[in-house]
Amino acid sequence: MTVQLHQPSEIQRGRIAYRRKQAIRSVLLAALSTAVIGAVLVVLVTGAPGWDRVKQSFFDPDVAREYLPAILEGLWLNIRLFVVCAVCALALGLVIAILRTLRGPVFFPVRALATAYTYSFRGLPLIIVIYLFAFGIPGLRLQGTPSVTVLGGAALVITYGAYLAEVIRSGIESVHPSQVAAARSLGLSYRQAMRHVVLPQAVRRSAPPLLNDTVAMQKDVGLISLAGPIDAIRAAQIGVASDANFTPYVVAGVLFVLLALPLIGVTDFVTLRAARRQNAGT
Amino acid sequence: MVLSCQDVRKTFGANVVLDGLTLDVGEHEVVALIGASGSGKSTLLRCVNLLAEIDDGTIRLDGEDITDPRINPDAVRQKIGLVFQSYNLFPHMTVLDNITLAPVRVHKRPVAEAREQAHEWLKRVGLADKAGAYPDRLSGGQQQRVAIVRALVNNPRLLLLDEVTSALDPELVGEVLTMIRDLKGDGMTMVLATHEMGFARQVADRVAFLDKGKVLEEGPPAQVLGEPVEPRTRQFLARIIEAGRL
Ligand SMILES: Nc1ncnc2c1ncn2[C@@H]1O[C@H](COP(=O)(O)OP(=O)(O)O)[C@@H](O)[C@H]1O
Ligand SMILES: [Mg+2]
Repeated sequence: MTVQLHQPSEIQRGRIAYRRKQAIRSVLLAALSTAVIGAVLVVLVTGAPGWDRVKQSFFDPDVAREYLPAILEGLWLNIRLFVVCAVCALALGLVIAILRTLRGPVFFPVRALATAYTYSFRGLPLIIVIYLFAFGIPGLRLQGTPSVTVLGGAALVITYGAYLAEVIRSGIESVHPSQVAAARSLGLSYRQAMRHVVLPQAVRRSAPPLLNDTVAMQKDVGLISLAGPIDAIRAAQIGVASDANFTPYVVAGVLFVLLALPLIGVTDFVTLRAARRQNAGT
Repeated sequence: MVLSCQDVRKTFGANVVLDGLTLDVGEHEVVALIGASGSGKSTLLRCVNLLAEIDDGTIRLDGEDITDPRINPDAVRQKIGLVFQSYNLFPHMTVLDNITLAPVRVHKRPVAEAREQAHEWLKRVGLADKAGAYPDRLSGGQQQRVAIVRALVNNPRLLLLDEVTSALDPELVGEVLTMIRDLKGDGMTMVLATHEMGFARQVADRVAFLDKGKVLEEGPPAQVLGEPVEPRTRQFLARIIEAGRL
């Protein structure tokens, strides 16, 4: 197959040349404004009267090197906790969302409990939940009480489960009733219609907000340090306390950001694609 | 009788949509439901498919009372196909998966067999190359033909078609009507709500005019559409002719 090369007309060549000139101009402008703003920031920060002391107590390379291994080891706990908690919170959210859509008088108590759960845990600060779980439950002195790490993880799962449940539920409600009618008219039961028709569409639609909540969860995993386990933040805290220097916190913060970048990237990509898809239809 | 509706009543709050409606459909018969917008055509079809619950009367399928609360509505719906004005294909599934969903999940037929049957139908309606496509890549007429195939692979006793050409661009109406004409040739029992009077005249064995919640007038198309007895039928047809649809 040969494609005949189209020779642009005079007027189109003019347009192309103009657009190219504009593009070069905007790149130059962007570079210039970035340089100016960057310079202003550097002068402002390094010129500040207290800069030398801040530099010493927050950005000391020797302290950073000293505590990096311990912080990394702690971060490994954060990563494992995050993966397990994210999967559990998603499963919990899905179950709660489905329970909240059940109709009929038999399911009234289930529905009411699920609703009460999402209402309370979306309002309750995570820190309080972690304290209640990590210090309250062991206080009961029951046989076989799990470790504080597990309890802290449970607090995270239960809090985030409530958020994810609401996201999935709004996804379920955004699926048009005619889809259920079509599925039921084919003889599918309510459960089958839910499983094969409604939920796949609901989860697809709620992917961007679900991922967003997951990013938030990733950093909130650090709050578990309040309960005692030695995660990245707790390891940094130990360093801060023994050296009277805040650099370990900065190291932990940078590591958390680096850890979040891939997931943030995925979230942006999925959100963009979802927006494109929505607009393609109209 | 395949379908027998007796004194069916359906209300939405104070709005009495079906008010003692009676209609019979025999084996291999094609009945066209006509009537003004809002006269209850869609409501009747949804009641027959048990998507809506009637407030009084009885609906029988092959003599069995399907409005008895003790019967299993899923089992009834498996025997009655319903095709919607807005197609309602599942957007997250390919054409093939849309068609095989019910055979595989509801009738528990082997996937390979269900797919083969789906491919045969697609070939028959000229959509063989669309099996792997998603609904949003299809024209309205193609989507509606897929929706009809999706209802047919359940081997329904009765096919209900609710204004299946109303959402289509005029040049796409023909392909769907041709398909319905072929189904009549196969002996499919059908009830179709329609605004296409010309088509009703060609394909229907009987036309029923819905008015004020009842079948006001019914009979062979030539009679109901050509020499209606009831003044209200005449008024309705006059409005349709005015709109250029006869
Ligand atoms: N789900 C519903 N809730 C309330 N009213 C409805 C509902 N469905 C239909 N109706 C009412 O029932 C009447 C008949 O509607 P419909 O059966 O769609 O008529 P047609 O299909 O003949 O145009 C209309 O007045 C409509 O407003
Ligand atoms: Mg209608």
